[in-house]
Amino acid sequence: MPTYKLNVDGVVRDVVAEKDEPLLYVLTDALKLKGPRYGCGVGQCGTCTVMVSGQPMRSCVLRASLVGNKPIRTLDGLEKNGQLHPVQVAFVDEQAAQCGYCANGWVMHAVALLEKYPKATDAQIQQNLANVQCRCGTQIAILRAVKKARDNMTITKA
Amino acid sequence: MNILLLNRRNFLQTQVALVVGASGAVIVTDAAAQAAAPALLGPPPTALDTWIRIAADGSVVANFGKMDCGQGLDLAIAQIVAEELDVALDKVNVTMGDTRLSPNQGGGSASTGLRTGAIPLRNAAAEARRVLVEAAAMKLGVEAVCLSVENGRVFLMSDSAKSITYAELIGGKDFSTTLEWNKEIGNSMNVKGIAKPKDPSQYKIVGKGFKRKDIALKVSGKVHYTAHIRPDNLLHARSVRPPVAGAQPLSVDDASIAHIKGAKSFLKDGFVAVVAETEWNAVRASRSLKVKWSDVPGPFTGGEENVYEYIRQATPTASNAIPMFGGKKAWDDKPTLAALASSAKVLEADYECPFQSHARIGPSCGVVDVRGDKVEIWADTQKPHFLRMGIAKFLGLPPENVQVKWMHGAGSYGRSDADEAPYEAALLSQAFARPVRMQWSREEGTAWDPKAPAAIITMKAGLDANNQVNGWLFKAKGFNGWDVRFTGESPEHVLVGMLTGHKKWNAYNFNVPEESYKFNNHVHWWETVPPYLQEASPMRTAHLRAPQEMQTRFGQECFIDEVAHAAGLHPVDFRLKHLQDPREIEVVKVAAERMGWPNCAKGTATDDVYTGWGLALNAGYGSFAAVACEVEVNKQTGRIWVKKVSIAHDCGMIVNPIGVRATLEGQIMQGISRALHEEVHFDEKCVKSVDWTTYRIANLNDVPSEVDIVLINRPDKPIGGAGEPAIVCFPAAIANAVFNATGIRIRRYPLVAERVKKALA
Repeated sequence: MPTYKLNVDGVVRDVVAEKDEPLLYVLTDALKLKGPRYGCGVGQCGTCTVMVSGQPMRSCVLRASLVGNKPIRTLDGLEKNGQLHPVQVAFVDEQAAQCGYCANGWVMHAVALLEKYPKATDAQIQQNLANVQCRCGTQIAILRAVKKARDNMTITKA
Repeated sequence: MNILLLNRRNFLQTQVALVVGASGAVIVTDAAAQAAAPALLGPPPTALDTWIRIAADGSVVANFGKMDCGQGLDLAIAQIVAEELDVALDKVNVTMGDTRLSPNQGGGSASTGLRTGAIPLRNAAAEARRVLVEAAAMKLGVEAVCLSVENGRVFLMSDSAKSITYAELIGGKDFSTTLEWNKEIGNSMNVKGIAKPKDPSQYKIVGKGFKRKDIALKVSGKVHYTAHIRPDNLLHARSVRPPVAGAQPLSVDDASIAHIKGAKSFLKDGFVAVVAETEWNAVRASRSLKVKWSDVPGPFTGGEENVYEYIRQATPTASNAIPMFGGKKAWDDKPTLAALASSAKVLEADYECPFQSHARIGPSCGVVDVRGDKVEIWADTQKPHFLRMGIAKFLGLPPENVQVKWMHGAGSYGRSDADEAPYEAALLSQAFARPVRMQWSREEGTAWDPKAPAAIITMKAGLDANNQVNGWLFKAKGFNGWDVRFTGESPEHVLVGMLTGHKKWNAYNFNVPEESYKFNNHVHWWETVPPYLQEASPMRTAHLRAPQEMQTRFGQECFIDEVAHAAGLHPVDFRLKHLQDPREIEVVKVAAERMGWPNCAKGTATDDVYTGWGLALNAGYGSFAAVACEVEVNKQTGRIWVKKVSIAHDCGMIVNPIGVRATLEGQIMQGISRALHEEVHFDEKCVKSVDWTTYRIANLNDVPSEVDIVLINRPDKPIGGAGEPAIVCFPAAIANAVFNATGIRIRRYPLVAERVKKALA
């Protein structure tokens, strides 16, 4: 199997992967990350989302061999110096998880959106997160949490 | 015997009593259904140490025999234990679902987490406090009545300097105290000590809102789900399903996976799987493996277009006046039919309810390590003790040799696919003598999980010359609610079991509504129809959250509105006229008032949308819920948006209002999802719902702009279930709102846009 260097959460990691192997399996099977999770394998639910060069990507349909040296950010690496990311803090405040299996997709999409557009409108939030799935029906709390994160992040920056 | 106590998943524990009980009730199911209650598995309920332990640092461990499916049940249990023990809430750690540690309380089931599940914990914690205070009295040389407890410190009330902590008294040691056990296993397991639990008027922690601690872990990738369990020397596994349901594998071609390093096939009777050293190679092997399947006709006669005709034409397999939890009960529809024959006006309607999938966001996953005759299982099953029993039987080992550790998993909401992968992993681990992690695919999680049964609800009512109801008929006819059982206690209830020679049982069940409304000449009963495919069907049916209640209440609560209109009454007034229970009356009134009742206008319309509101009621699980929905119906597309939801919810004593509110918010979205979007698509050969475009669920665009939840707290009443009563109401409340908005009655859910558009045309 070919070997690759992947830049995951700021650390360059050597991984062995099949040429057609999706990034998801490299992250979960080889690197034992717990944030991205298998949900659908066809890029529809968002549960496997990571950020590649700041863009939210569905790692279940992204070949690891095509990532190159682009920086990959994962849920596992969002916390800095023991501090949760403001989006994570808002999810905790609003208790925006039930089983939590899909939480990775919501948090990663929200981080990607709000870091790029800190003043994202409610409509933009809704549009950007509409193709993330939650089976428990936590969307009401999730929407509250993302809006709260935006408001908090805007205040912090101001 | 009080039938109301016989909730569905109590069945297992109560059936023996029923058969021999003074009521004379007889169960009419086959021998498998009447199997004796299982042996007690798990630690002895009679030992206080089974339930409560004080660690050396004074923290408390509470062993809970159920698990949290995402509603924060463990937090509510911690509140109850902290309350009785007089310790700080954050000192209580709740363990769940480990067959080594957890008493066999039946697992996640029928919203019993608190209403029955908390009772032995409350009693045990109260007894632990009594024992500790008595021990303190001995140490301090005073009478126990002179002592009080605060934050785990026992002190003399007249001189608080004289004190001793729980940690000092017993930290890390056993209580060795015996409790009285009611000899029941599962949901109704209870224990008692000498101590009497606190009166609710003394509560300081129970009834207050606290936030869950697990959410910080869940949103930061620190929780171990089953999918994360990877023991050393692990083999990854995937199963391979037939292209036509019911086809049998005749041979597998190992050469087709020879190019995949380490990949091996597995074939036993009807079960095909592959294993590999890495997960991706297992996926590749499952896609590459060439299997020769037997040529069988498609079992799903006529496909989904024909499903309601299939139900109408089918000869019933069983029928009863009440769910089978209550035993066999006859009914007589003659007085009702005679009354209808003499009615001034007769209304009749059929309501159609689809197959729905649990479609867990993470499909089934199980990790199993069979080492000789010892087995370790990691699974997100709702019922670890039953899974232990079933896999032991499957592998031919005594249950004592098998241990299950419940892990966090994707929300499962009933008898989902959660028990399936662990069974398959167990078979493979035994065969390959290595730990095996079986991960189901999205396609399997949607197409091959047990389904909520499709059904037709037939309603008839008669009105006399004064518009008084003089006859009421309810008949549910649908696929079996128990095609496979609600536990994985035996291999015939899972696919791999059926595929390897364990014949499916022949027990039948369905549901009828609670007797909320009192009508003259009232009759109700259910009938089940044969499955399309007897063994190992992707369309086998089982419990999905509020099993068969969404179907039966859709018929009942829509028809109430139809009859109200025919009688010239507002549906809310009509309900209030016929309701008996003051708690039902209150939730209906409260929810209706939030929509402006009694001064509410008819539906309105703009150029683009119709707007209207409707309501539905459901009582069950010791709780009462009325849901009112305001909807917008797009005139062009038929798309429905539930703009506002008001829920009035009475679940007796509330333990944690934040938890109840979150649970209800979840039911709003899952309820909207099941009412507007969810139906299993299938043709004659196989299930076509295989992902999130072919099995659509609610998304952010379905979120209402206003969510209004009214919690009615009744500290004087027992704790009721909060996980299921409200969700039942959504299809009916929405269909009633659509009628209010448009004047058009849609008697089938889900109310997908195309169906609504056709109805509007």
